[in-house]
Amino acid sequence: MTDLVEIKGVSHAYRTPSGALPVLRDLNIAIPEGKFCAVVGPSGCGKSTLTRLIAGLMKPDQGEVWLHGERVKSPRKTVGMAFQNPVMLEWRTILENVMLPLEIVAPSMPKAQREERAMKLLALVGLAGFEAKRPSQLSGGMRQRASLCRAIVHKPEVLIMDEPFGALDAFTREDLWQLMHKLRAEEPFTALLITHDLRESVYLADEIIVLSDRPAHVQYRMQVEYPLSMRPISMLYEAESIERLAILRDQIEIAQGRNGGAH
Amino acid sequence: MQALRKAAPPLIALFVIIAFWEWLVWFKGWPNYKMASPSDLWPAYQRYGHLFLTMGWDTLWRTVVGLLLAVVFGTFLGMIMGFSRIMREALYPILVGFNAIPKASVVPVIALIFVGQHDFNTILIAFMISFFPIAVSVSIGLSTLEPEYRDILRALGASRFTIFRKIALPKTLPEFFGALKVAVTLAFIGTNLMEIVEPHGRGLGALFDSGKINADYPLMFAVLLALAFLGIVLFYVVVVLEKIFAGWADRGQ
Repeated sequence: MTDLVEIKGVSHAYRTPSGALPVLRDLNIAIPEGKFCAVVGPSGCGKSTLTRLIAGLMKPDQGEVWLHGERVKSPRKTVGMAFQNPVMLEWRTILENVMLPLEIVAPSMPKAQREERAMKLLALVGLAGFEAKRPSQLSGGMRQRASLCRAIVHKPEVLIMDEPFGALDAFTREDLWQLMHKLRAEEPFTALLITHDLRESVYLADEIIVLSDRPAHVQYRMQVEYPLSMRPISMLYEAESIERLAILRDQIEIAQGRNGGAH
Repeated sequence: MQALRKAAPPLIALFVIIAFWEWLVWFKGWPNYKMASPSDLWPAYQRYGHLFLTMGWDTLWRTVVGLLLAVVFGTFLGMIMGFSRIMREALYPILVGFNAIPKASVVPVIALIFVGQHDFNTILIAFMISFFPIAVSVSIGLSTLEPEYRDILRALGASRFTIFRKIALPKTLPEFFGALKVAVTLAFIGTNLMEIVEPHGRGLGALFDSGKINADYPLMFAVLLALAFLGIVLFYVVVVLEKIFAGWADRGQ
C-alpha cells in the first residue's frame, strides 16, 4: 500500500519577538492510503501546525511534505479540512454551506449536480430535511455534521481534522465518532485527526501517534488493528482497549515531562 | 393589525411630543421668534411648499451622492486597512486626526478651493464627514475574520479575491450596515454645513438661511423638521437594504 501522506524530516519554528520558537523537530509520519491516523500530544505541542503544513497553508523550515507522490508547496484542491469550530457561513443555508468547496474546486459542475452531491452527504449524516435551514437554527452537533459533509463534498484524498469533536458534549461526540466510521465506509478517504481525547483516537484510528512536547517529534506509535465493521462503541470497554488507553495515557505523561507508570 | 401594532408606538410618541411642544410654548407664552410652536409650522409649509420640495430635493440628492462616494471610498479604505496590518498602522492615526477636524472649519476652505462648484463642494463635505465610520467598521470586520474562515477556502487553493467575495465581504455586511446608518445622518449634517455656512441659494440649508435673514423663525423650525424627516426616510431605506442583504444576521425570530 502506498503512503498517501508523507512527512519527511519536518522541522519548523515560529519567529516570535523573544526569538525562534521551535514547534516541530525532525518529524516523520506516513499515512497509507485509506488509513485513519490520529495524532495526540500535550497542549501546544505543534499539532495544529502539522495540519497547516499538510494543507499547504504553511511551508516547513526544513523537511518535506508529500501528498500522493507530489511535494506540497502550496494549497491543493485534494484536501478537506474540519475544525473544532464548524465554521458555518451564517448567510448561507446548510446546503449552500456544504456546496461551498465545489464552487472552488469544480466551478464548471452544474448546480443540480452539486446540489445532488451535497444532499446525498447531508442525508448520510442524518441531516435530510435540514438543507434549507440556516446554521444558527441547528444544534452544535448538527453544525459539526454539516461541517464534515463540507470537508468531504469534493472527494478529497485526505481529510484533515483539528479536534472537530472537542466542543461537543459526550453523547453527541460518540454519535459523531460512529458517524465517522459510517462516512469512511461510504466515502473512503485518508484521514489525519488531531485530538486530545485518547478514547476518540482508539475508537477511530488505525494508527495513533503520540507527539512529544515542543518541539514535537514522534514519541510513540500504536497500531489499532480492528476492522471498521467491528468497532461498536462498546469496544472501548473491552480489556484490549483499556490496555491501549493505559499505554497511551503513560506516553502522554512522558511527553508532558512527568514520569510514566509501570506499563 | 400587525402593521398597526408596529406603526402605533412611534406615531403616538410623535404625537405626544408635538402636543407637549405646543403646550410648552403656549404655557410659557414664548413669542415665535424665541420658540416656534408646531401650529406655527404648518403655515410655513403651506406658504413655501414648492420651495420645500425643490430645496429638499437638492439637499437629498447631494446627500445621497456624497453618501455613495463615502460607501465606495470607505469600503475601499476599510479593505486596505483590513487586509494589511502595515497599512492599518500607517493610516489609522491620519484617519482619526482627519475625523477630529471639525468639518465646519473645512467648509470655507473647500468653498474657496472649488469656488462656484456648489454641487461638487456640498457633495464633498457630505462625503468627508461620512466615510469614516464605514472605513473603520469594514476594516474591523475584515481584520477580525477568524483564520478558520479563510483557511477552509485557502486550503482549496482559492484566490484572495474569491475568499474576499465568498467569505470576508458577506461576513462584514452587518458591520457595514451598522456603520451606514451612522453615516446617513452624518452625511445630512455635512450637506447642511455647506448649505448654511457658505450659502449659495440651494438646498434646505439655504432655506434655513433665508429664514434667518428674514427673521422668519417658524420657517427655520420648519426646515429643521424637514431635515429630520429626510434623515428618517434615508435611514429606513438603509434598514430595508440591510434586511435584504444582511437579514441573516438578525436572529430575532
